[in-house]
Formats: sequence, structure tokens, C-alpha cells
Amino acid sequence: MSGTFLLDGQPVPFEPGQTILEAARAAGRYIPHLCWHPDFPPHGSCKLCIVKVAGRHVSGCAMPAKEGWEVESDTPEMNGERRALLQMLFVEGNHFCPSCEKSGDCQLQALAYDLEMLTPRFDHFFPDRPVDASHPEVLLDFNRCIYCELCVRASRDKDGKSVFALTNRGIHKHLVVNAESGRLADTDFAADDMAANICPVGVILHKRVGFAVAIGERTYDRAPIHEVAMRPEAASDD
Amino acid sequence: MSFELETAANRENLRRVAIDPVSRVEGHGKVTLLLDEAGHIHEARLHIVEFRGFEAFIRGRPYWEVPVMVQRLCGICPVSHHLAAAKALDRVVGAVPVTATADKMRRLMHYGQILQSHALHFFHLSSPDLLFGFGSPAGQRNIVGVAQAHPDIARQGVLLRKFGQEVIRATAGKRIHGTAAVPGGINRHLTVADRELLAAEVEQMVAWSLGAVHMVRRLHEADAALYDHFGRFESGLLSLVREDGAMDLYDGHLRLRDADGRIVRDDVADQDYLSLITEEVRAWSYMKFPYVTALGPQAGWYKVGPLARVQNCDFIPSPLAEAERKAFADYSGGAIQHAPLAYHWARMIEMLHAAEVIREMLPDPDLVAGERMAEGVRAAEGVGIIEAPRGTLIHHYGVGDDDLVSMCNLIVSTTHNNQAMNQAVREVARTCLDGRELTEGLLNHIEVAIRAFDPCLSCATHALGKMPLLVELADSRGEVLDRIRRD
Repeated sequence: MSGTFLLDGQPVPFEPGQTILEAARAAGRYIPHLCWHPDFPPHGSCKLCIVKVAGRHVSGCAMPAKEGWEVESDTPEMNGERRALLQMLFVEGNHFCPSCEKSGDCQLQALAYDLEMLTPRFDHFFPDRPVDASHPEVLLDFNRCIYCELCVRASRDKDGKSVFALTNRGIHKHLVVNAESGRLADTDFAADDMAANICPVGVILHKRVGFAVAIGERTYDRAPIHEVAMRPEAASDD
Repeated sequence: MSFELETAANRENLRRVAIDPVSRVEGHGKVTLLLDEAGHIHEARLHIVEFRGFEAFIRGRPYWEVPVMVQRLCGICPVSHHLAAAKALDRVVGAVPVTATADKMRRLMHYGQILQSHALHFFHLSSPDLLFGFGSPAGQRNIVGVAQAHPDIARQGVLLRKFGQEVIRATAGKRIHGTAAVPGGINRHLTVADRELLAAEVEQMVAWSLGAVHMVRRLHEADAALYDHFGRFESGLLSLVREDGAMDLYDGHLRLRDADGRIVRDDVADQDYLSLITEEVRAWSYMKFPYVTALGPQAGWYKVGPLARVQNCDFIPSPLAEAERKAFADYSGGAIQHAPLAYHWARMIEMLHAAEVIREMLPDPDLVAGERMAEGVRAAEGVGIIEAPRGTLIHHYGVGDDDLVSMCNLIVSTTHNNQAMNQAVREVARTCLDGRELTEGLLNHIEVAIRAFDPCLSCATHALGKMPLLVELADSRGEVLDRIRRD
């Protein structure tokens, strides 16, 4: 049943089956997200789309919209929660923006800027995650993985290859390559796969590109992520 | 292997005096002196107390990341590391030569770097010693003191540096830690707006730089006894020179002169630097000691930087700086000047040259348009050498078929000058401090000698696991109970 809910006090119409995030997006209202992608069902792992509904914190990407709800999103409380989540993501991996070739095109970095994350706050884990450079065209730098599973889903559901998977649980969870050797070169992965072009951070990188586009001229150098994500062309690649 | 005053014969009953930190230099270092009861010096050492380790952690990273990552070695001369790494990796991607646009953009960036770094060092860090005296009140010996007593000089220093930083911003994209040089070329052009901005100021920069050369020259002429002898020692001179023998701070071949000015080695291609130099590790310093292999560690050490470059080249290819180079040579009757304080004079001649080069380059159409990238046959390793503000800077990388860095060797300008700086410290300790009551002003004499080399100590320490480590456990009577040594 279609209807209307209030997002930060403003009415947002929704169609039957739409989630809070989808309806907000259709109405031109941005709710931060990392693991959500319009081509895939909600995943609900990054929790950046956290909103407050009737006193409860829920994932905006997964929660169906309901008539009359009062949803809080762009508030100091919700943005504070998001900052804490970002801070956890940053210390969990090795995110060294100053020499990362994804800097300026990285959604994690862009959200940290947008949500004014100023410090790491938590102790760094400094995990030991060797890179996989075995593939001739694509480099895997696991240091930056945020476990959004976009590559896992794209490879499995769109490319039909199931090249990637998450293994182990909890704090020991990490991204692996689905080959006996564990090497990307030993899969049928290709540089034009959707999975090769969907990583929101700097894990899956086309080799020998690096800093060909100057820092300062990159996507999120030019406009903040809350603008970029709402552009029509962003729908398929954000 | 040890030099006079490097290690005391018997360290017992000696008093230890430390200058910690050495001030108005880049990075962290300290000097230790060991003296007997009569105040005679038995040991004098310049220690580099910080540790960086870039050679180790760049291994296993993709090569295209290197020029951006390694420049984080330093906040003062990142451009030098950025460009040396890019030059080394040009070899790996087969971009030999790079395009005219890439070469000129990088050169402009580099000469902007030379200008800003030399201005910073002379005006901000060293001019207080030279203008007020080595033993002047410590509270006055800083750029604020200079601004109060000589406001025009301080202002020129600040604006010269600012101009150099603007050249870097316009070419590298940022004033500090830019990302423009990439393996195989450059990722941006100079904008017409930036070109006009710089062109409007460059004449003034040339004029101020010329004034700075003349100021240092007057200081030398006014007190030749001090300037020609303070901390003086003789050594060989090493630098890049252009194919025709001209000064070239961006590219060329290695030339070595002996202390008397005779050319000992010439035309050493940058890719062959290992045929010329060996690095020695000593137990008491994180910084290695390079020397010319054929001459051995005792006789084969040398100076790099402005004093070496101005006297190693046959001429400077810009008219005002060349006239000043000749005046510099005439001052000593054509003999090689070895006095550390002459570094300042040579440095200002180079700053003038940098300003002239920038002035000459700005109208070049290749800067604002043209092909930026080149590529060719892939190679497994590459060497990039550049004359950084402080001297010869060598980057050497091996890259595997998987595109990851497999080997990295960095020999930084300040590392080349390690023995030379220690020698200057010992000369000053021997001639100015020995047997005297040590005061702050007297200790500053040692710092003045170190500062002349414009050391960048943060850049200079990389190697992991090379320095012997000795840990001793002693009881209350000083008897050694246990000892662990790692070589």
C-alpha cells in the first residue's frame, strides 16, 4: 500500500514494498550507505543507513516504509552513530588514505569527510593482510576491505562466477578468493566483470592505473558524496 | 674502521655533553661529546635518533603507488622523493624518455622545490646565526628575531619560499605531497591562470635571490677568517652534471671530484650508481655511511649538496647564477672551497639559478598542452637520481612481473653527507670547544656547522635489520651478567 512517511519532518511518498532508503532516494533525499546498491537486494551489513523509527534504530536499506512513520536520519544522534561505525571500519583495516590510489574515489573516505569524522577514536587493529597481485589485470588489496560483499554478490549474481566469498565469522571474518590456491589468477575473474568494478573502497583495483587522474580532480574531490550519490548516473555504479 | 674523535679510546671517567635536539634542522638528531676533566674532547658524534624504515615497507606494494607513498618520508622536500621515484619507475614502464610535457612539468616542479627549500633553510633556519653571530642570545636566534632586526630580509625569505611553494602547487597539485608525477609521465598540465600568476612574480624572485647571493658574499668578505676556516675539512665532491658538464639538478650523470678539484670519475650513468658507491653501517647510528667503493671507507667519503654542485659543474646554464659562480670561484683563486659556511653562498647561487630557470620555463607551450604519458618495454628494475635541495638523491627499485615492488634502496642526500657532517662537528669541537668551559653559545657553534649542510634527518634512515644491536645486562657493580648481540 502506497503512503507517506516523514523523514526528518519532511513528507516522503512511498510505493508498496519500498524500503525507507529506496523511497527517500526516489524523493531526492539522501541516506548514507556503503553496502547498499540499487542492483542488489538489501544487505544490511555496513549499517551506515541507520535511522531512528519509533525510538528504535533500524537499517534504512532493509526496513520497509510504513504509513505515518516519523523517521530520523540527518540528526546529530544518527550521524554520531554513523561516525562511530565509520571509525570502527577505519581501524579494523589498514586505510592509509595519503598513498591510496582510490583516494578521492573512495566511498568510505568520502563518507568520513561528509560526516566529519575527525579522528580514528578506537585503537587500530593493524591486521596483516597481504595483497594478491597474481592476476595480470587486477590487484586485490585486502587491507581496505569493509566486508560489504558487493564483489561477492556481483560475481555470484551478475557475473555468474562466484569468485569471492567471506570466510570465518565475527572478528575473524575476511574476504577470500574462491580458488584452491586462493589466488585470483586461478579463477575465471576478468577485468570487465561487474565484480571488478563495484568495490566502494580500494580493494579491487585495475592495475597500472594508480594516480592517472590527479588528486583534486576525482569524484569526491569535486562534490560531496551526498550529492554524487543522488545523481541519476550514480544509480548503477555507486 | 674509525675516524679521529669518532670513538674515545677509553670511555671511563669521561663527561658526556649532549645537544639534544639539534635545533633549526629538519628531523631529529643529537650530538654527543665526551670530555675529560680538563675539557678536552675525546669523542664527538652526530646521531640520527629517528627511524623511518621506508625501504622495508614499500616492498610488496604496487609500483604505481611508490612516488606518492615514498614522498611521505619528508614534509620539506617531498617533491625530490616524488620525482626520484617517478624517474626510477619510468625505467620500469619503459618510458625513456618521458614526453616533453612530462619532463618540463617535473623540472618546473623541481626547481620550485629547490627555490622554496633553499629559501626556507637560509632565511628561516640559518640566517639568525649569520646575522646575529653564533654566540648571540638564544632568544634572538630565530626567524622572529630576524623579522624584528631585519624586516626586509625576513619578508623576502618568507615570500621567496611562498613563491616556490606556489610553483609546486601549480605543477604537483598540492603545496605538500602532490601526486602529479606518475611512472611514465605526469597527470596534469600547468593551467594558463597559474602560469600568469607565477610569471607576474618571477622577476621579483630573481631580484631577491640575487640580493641574497650578494648578502652571503658580503658576509664572507667581511669576516674571511671565520667563514673560510670554521669547521673546515677537505673531501671529494659528488653530484649529477648535465651531459655537457652544466649544472642540472633534475637529471644527468654522476661526477666525482677529489678534494683538489680533479675529476676522478665522470659520466657514471644513473643506472650504474652501484658501481660507484658502497654504504657502510656503523653500530652507533641509524644512518648509513656511503663511500666511493674504489677509494674505500677511509678515503672515499665525499660531500654532496650546493657546495659540491656549484664546484662540480663546468658552468651554470643561466646568466646571473653563472656570473655568481665565477665570483665564487674567484674568491678562492680557483681553488675548491671546502669551508662548511660556503654552503650558504653556494646554496644562494642555486636559489638564483632556480629562479632564473623558472622564469625561462614559464612561457614554454609544452607546459600547458601536449602528451603527458609515454610507455615502452617493461624492465625489472630502475634507478632514479635527482639533485635534491640537500644533494644527490638515489631511488632504486626492483619490480616483479606481478607489479609489486620486490626491492628498494634509497640513498638520501643527508646520508651522503653523514661522514662530512660528523667531520665538521669534530673540527668545530676540536678548534672551538676543546679545553673551554661549554656554554650554550659555544655549543651552538656545533649546530651552526651541522646546519650549513641543511641536513634532513627524517629522510635519511630506512634500512631495517642492518644495524648491529647489543644488549647487555649488568648488575649493580657493573659486571655484565648477560649479553645478546644481533648483527
